Amino acid sequence: MHAIAEGLFTNETPPRLIGGRDRASGRVVFPCPEGDRFDPVPLGRTGTLWSWTVQRYRPKSPPYAGPDAFRPWAVGYVELPGETIVEARVVNVDFAAIRIGMALELAPVALDPDAHDPVMIPAFQPIGVAA
Amino acid sequence: MSGDVCIVGVGIHRFGRTDGVSGLEQGVFAVNQALGDAGIDWQQIQFAYGSSDAAGNPDTMVERLGLTGVQFINVRNGCAAGGSALFSAQMAIKSGEYDIGLAVGFDKHPRGAFDAKPAEYGLPEWYGDVGQMVTTQFFGAKITRYMHEHGITPTTLGRVAEKAYRNGAHAPHAWRREPVSLETIMDAPLVSDPYTKFMFCSPAEGGVALILASEKKARELGKPLIRLKAATMRTRPPGSFEVFAPSIDLDPADGRPRGTATRIASADAFRMAGIGPKDIAVAQLQDTEAGAELMHMAENGFCADGAQEQWLAEGRTEVGGALPVNTDGGCLACGEPIGASGLRQVYENVVQLRGDGGGRQVPGNPKTAYTHVYGAPGVSAVTILER
Repeated sequence: MHAIAEGLFTNETPPRLIGGRDRASGRVVFPCPEGDRFDPVPLGRTGTLWSWTVQRYRPKSPPYAGPDAFRPWAVGYVELPGETIVEARVVNVDFAAIRIGMALELAPVALDPDAHDPVMIPAFQPIGVAA
Repeated sequence: MSGDVCIVGVGIHRFGRTDGVSGLEQGVFAVNQALGDAGIDWQQIQFAYGSSDAAGNPDTMVERLGLTGVQFINVRNGCAAGGSALFSAQMAIKSGEYDIGLAVGFDKHPRGAFDAKPAEYGLPEWYGDVGQMVTTQFFGAKITRYMHEHGITPTTLGRVAEKAYRNGAHAPHAWRREPVSLETIMDAPLVSDPYTKFMFCSPAEGGVALILASEKKARELGKPLIRLKAATMRTRPPGSFEVFAPSIDLDPADGRPRGTATRIASADAFRMAGIGPKDIAVAQLQDTEAGAELMHMAENGFCADGAQEQWLAEGRTEVGGALPVNTDGGCLACGEPIGASGLRQVYENVVQLRGDGGGRQVPGNPKTAYTHVYGAPGVSAVTILER
């Protein structure tokens, strides 16, 4: 898997997101900040949807690096129990079926599926959905 | 200094789009109007604080107003820029160092959503690459959670926008001056669910100037005393949910609401003024999107979380209601020129306290007025005026 950035995903199959744990307070954040205040920590693969919306128009480029052809996508905040709430795409689900509290699992997707060597970005899908 | 800081002159350049007039020129227009309103000339201004986010350095306006050597400090503070300029100006008078000065704000933004770069917010480049550096996404996700927790319906979002355009029709400085029906608002295309395009404000242009004076100076000028009883500016506490957040902390274990910069700025302002939310006769609350007005009603202490559903259905925040909110249509009708937006709210409150609101005048001779701005990355500014 070609990740969009170093240090976002573990090298396992399937991968996990890498968060940062504050050495002093134990607070977990995502992504892991640079510097020595936070220790990298793999985050849980499953969680529940905390909130969401749909990006209905193509964001400005720069910074958006997605394909020119735009189709709306859902983006949500996913609560990983006991860790933190991470922001990521919500995929493989109809917008009308999205509900706060639904169970989700990490399922990275390509930023541009038609690219020659697509980069993978953080995303979650309903548990049990075939990607 | 004894007594209160008073607002003795106000001026505004119409918000919206004014092709061919720079943001700075709109600021100069507002200053000249405020000087005329106060009955003084530029030579009497002892100091100035100016805010602009995207339209150049405010202090360059001395070229247009007069090279008097006046102290002029530029302020950039995100959406709280105008509030920060006003806060600083009143401190200069409270200190006893000066008795009359200026707070001015203006801006002129390109069309479309605000441009934000990850590095300016301490974020990695990938966050922008994937398309999450978008303010409207945050607004959509924030209100979706709030509606889920507190039983707010989309119709109530629509009612906020409907009120904004109805009020804006009566405000000469507003941008959107045509009423829009609730049906049109609800049926319009979605931008970021659950918000339709009428539920978001747009970046805009405009200028506002306020002349502040010591109470002694205000009496000399023979102006009605509009007293600035409190002006606060605060940053976010731990655990708040802010724009451009790749992660947010888990909900507080004790079930209490998340802390916000608004809650702190508001509580401090009420304490300084020695009054409470029930004493306020008119309020201007940050409404960059319809749900912001609802959340800010609660965060500023005017109602309980969830009570907005009933408040809006009963028209309690209408101009003739128990607590009129955003009497000039707020950001939804006026647009948001960042440097000027917070000062517009104070301008509108001075108009209301003087009884000059025309078709949008709050009845019953209001004596107290409240303003609130909020912005990235978790800043808020509040003022309380009394007449």
